[in-house]
Amino acid sequence: MTAVAMDTVARVNERAEPPICVKDLHKSFGDQIVLNGIDLEVAQGEILAILGRSGTGKSVLLKLIIGLQKPDSGSVRIHGQEISNLPLEQLNQIRKKIGFSFQYSALYDSLTVEENVAFSLERHTKMSATERNERVRKLLADVGMEKDLEKMPGEISGGMQKRVGLARALAFEPDILLFDEPTAGLDPITAGEIGELILELQKDSKRASIVVTHDLHGARTVSDRLALMDHGNILIQGTFEDLQKSRDKFVAQFLSGS
Amino acid sequence: MLTLATVSSAAATDWAGQLKTALTSAKTLFANFFEWFGEFSIFCGRLVRAAFVPPFEFREFARQLDELGSKSLPLVAFAGAATGVVLSLETRDSLLRFGAKSLLPAVIVFSIIKESGPIITALVVSGRVAAGIGAELGAMRVTEQIDAMEASAVNPYKFLVATRVFACVLMLPLLTLAADFCGILMGWVANTMTDAVSLRLFLNDGFQAVTFNDFLPSTFKTLVFGLIIGSVACFQGMRTQGGTQGVERAAASSVVLSSLFVILADVLLVRLILVLFP
Repeated sequence: MTAVAMDTVARVNERAEPPICVKDLHKSFGDQIVLNGIDLEVAQGEILAILGRSGTGKSVLLKLIIGLQKPDSGSVRIHGQEISNLPLEQLNQIRKKIGFSFQYSALYDSLTVEENVAFSLERHTKMSATERNERVRKLLADVGMEKDLEKMPGEISGGMQKRVGLARALAFEPDILLFDEPTAGLDPITAGEIGELILELQKDSKRASIVVTHDLHGARTVSDRLALMDHGNILIQGTFEDLQKSRDKFVAQFLSGS
Repeated sequence: MLTLATVSSAAATDWAGQLKTALTSAKTLFANFFEWFGEFSIFCGRLVRAAFVPPFEFREFARQLDELGSKSLPLVAFAGAATGVVLSLETRDSLLRFGAKSLLPAVIVFSIIKESGPIITALVVSGRVAAGIGAELGAMRVTEQIDAMEASAVNPYKFLVATRVFACVLMLPLLTLAADFCGILMGWVANTMTDAVSLRLFLNDGFQAVTFNDFLPSTFKTLVFGLIIGSVACFQGMRTQGGTQGVERAAASSVVLSSLFVILADVLLVRLILVLFP
């Protein structure tokens, strides 16, 4: 199939399919089955929170969605395009449409806050230095970090690192945002602020977002829909009320926290 | 009798068990050995593709030249100087016994430029730089910084690996020249302490028989040492797994493997140089 034909097919699929569509996804590491047939979709403008105990494969799922790991079987479609077996060059084009906020921020520790946010812009856009600086400053201002441009990641707090990570994820104005434990390790007030920031960024946007978290309260606040994972499967998907109505013992246990 | 038979049978079973364990360990070691080389070949393929396909990371390359090259200079110069002093003191004693004291400058110059300078530089750089690269890339791997780079569609082989490997390749010959210079100079100083001789005379005697065939191949073989140190250390760093312990393992294995491969490569290169530049 020619590149033009592939592009046309992708455009047709783009209209028909939600931005994120995962079907029957399996992933194992050695004998350990991490994902055992995951199915999920996230629509435009929607925030899906994925909940579950530690080690249930939530972070692995995010890494499969952005192509950092390859699934054993199953399908991951981004805007209608299958990415599981895409060559790196094409995968990188898809990745530019996806912002990823890492669990521990993953800021480049040899670069300043400003350089961290400018890093991918410098390499993938033809912006002049002035335009780039303006863009970086705006992104950092949006997350309340405009005063710490010259600081190194090691000199700012965990909450501030999360904000910078978020600004970096937004650099290309992505239409998909993936958050891996955005509030992990933060005090309740800072966690609340990050939650508000996620909602603020989502406001009036057509962005599809997935938030992987342990924090039930935070997930309920920021998301439109929740999915609960256990042993590599999604047990239940729906609104918080749907989860409350479930008679599943694990769901009830997870919601009550005991 | 029965007891003796039982003991004998138990010993045989124990021996068979030990043999089986040893065979399994040997098999695993053998498999790991080939797995390492297989993965290293794939890594080198990615490195070549990243290094020769634009765009290039010139700014990071310049930073690495400073980080790996300039900052290694004091240590390399010190190691070279110490080698010169030791060579002068040790060789002087031996040459005196054979009545060949006048050959001392030539012996110092020849041993430093042909072998001591390049190998000492490579081993010192291997200790300082390989450990640094292994630990830095290892830490970046376990803290997901390399994943973050890939997630933002930036090739980490281009930014992290190619820049470091080529900085090592370029800096090794330059550092070797510095080590040679310090070694010869301090060789003269050590010699002068016991037997005063002018620097000009020392250098005249030392370099009288030296040709470009002595100097260039042994200096340029350090390009290969640089390639080995950079690529092995980057490879060990990029494949790090398992938190801080993994970082420690990556740093240690980077030094051990790069030093080992440098020594092996030196043996082969010396033979090759003798054939090509008789």
